[in-house]
Amino acid sequence: MRKKALILLGCPELPIQTGIALYLASRLKDAGLEVSVAGTPTALQLLTVADPHGYYVDKQHLLDLDSCIKALVEKRIAIDLCAVVVHNDAGVSYLATVRHISGAKLVALVLGHDAEALAAEIDCECEKLVAKAVHNPQSAKQRIDALFEETERWAV
Amino acid sequence: MGCIELMDYKILQSRVSFKECREFILSTCKEVYEVEPGYQLFEIYLIGNPPIFVGVEGDDVIFPYVKPCHGAFVLKIKGPDVIERLRSERTAKRQ
Repeated sequence: MRKKALILLGCPELPIQTGIALYLASRLKDAGLEVSVAGTPTALQLLTVADPHGYYVDKQHLLDLDSCIKALVEKRIAIDLCAVVVHNDAGVSYLATVRHISGAKLVALVLGHDAEALAAEIDCECEKLVAKAVHNPQSAKQRIDALFEETERWAV
Repeated sequence: MGCIELMDYKILQSRVSFKECREFILSTCKEVYEVEPGYQLFEIYLIGNPPIFVGVEGDDVIFPYVKPCHGAFVLKIKGPDVIERLRSERTAKRQ
């Protein structure tokens, strides 16, 4: 059975979020995982516009953020890996919540101007990928590439 | 705010950090309960970085509410049933 990954998006105001989410989805898919993405309606619309044919994320696997949290709490969905995009204080709260309601391997993708300060506030058990990136996705991409050397072995 | 929008709520703190919500509830509510992330309150599941505190004042429940783009809020909603459940399930941190 394929392992399942969830990418939980933050507010879409961060310019690199959509691109990085699609890149991460692509890497997870290539590693053999089934990928779902949860976010606000606008964050999901940006993803849909960027990936109109659902090549990276099947449209059936786009989840409303509140509904996704509810489904996780109620154990109606199970995931093996969850990557949470953290670029503001709310992101830290969502990350801590996912840690509490799911036993999935948890990755915090900490981005934006305040990435280092936000990373310092994260005290739940997770792997932190920290990149002070707002417009240029390269440093975030490099963190993801490094993660995949491990994840591809783990997913097999 | 999803289904919360349909309820009769009052905003006590707006667009603050989660830590500020926590401190506000602790400093203003006499009766306070600690709950875990994902705790169901009304029709929502609480989002937050533990510890999460919920306050009680009369028939009102005072709790943090996180929105991805707008930060955290402290809301006040009448909820005698919720209060009854909190009191039966939890020991008040302060009363």
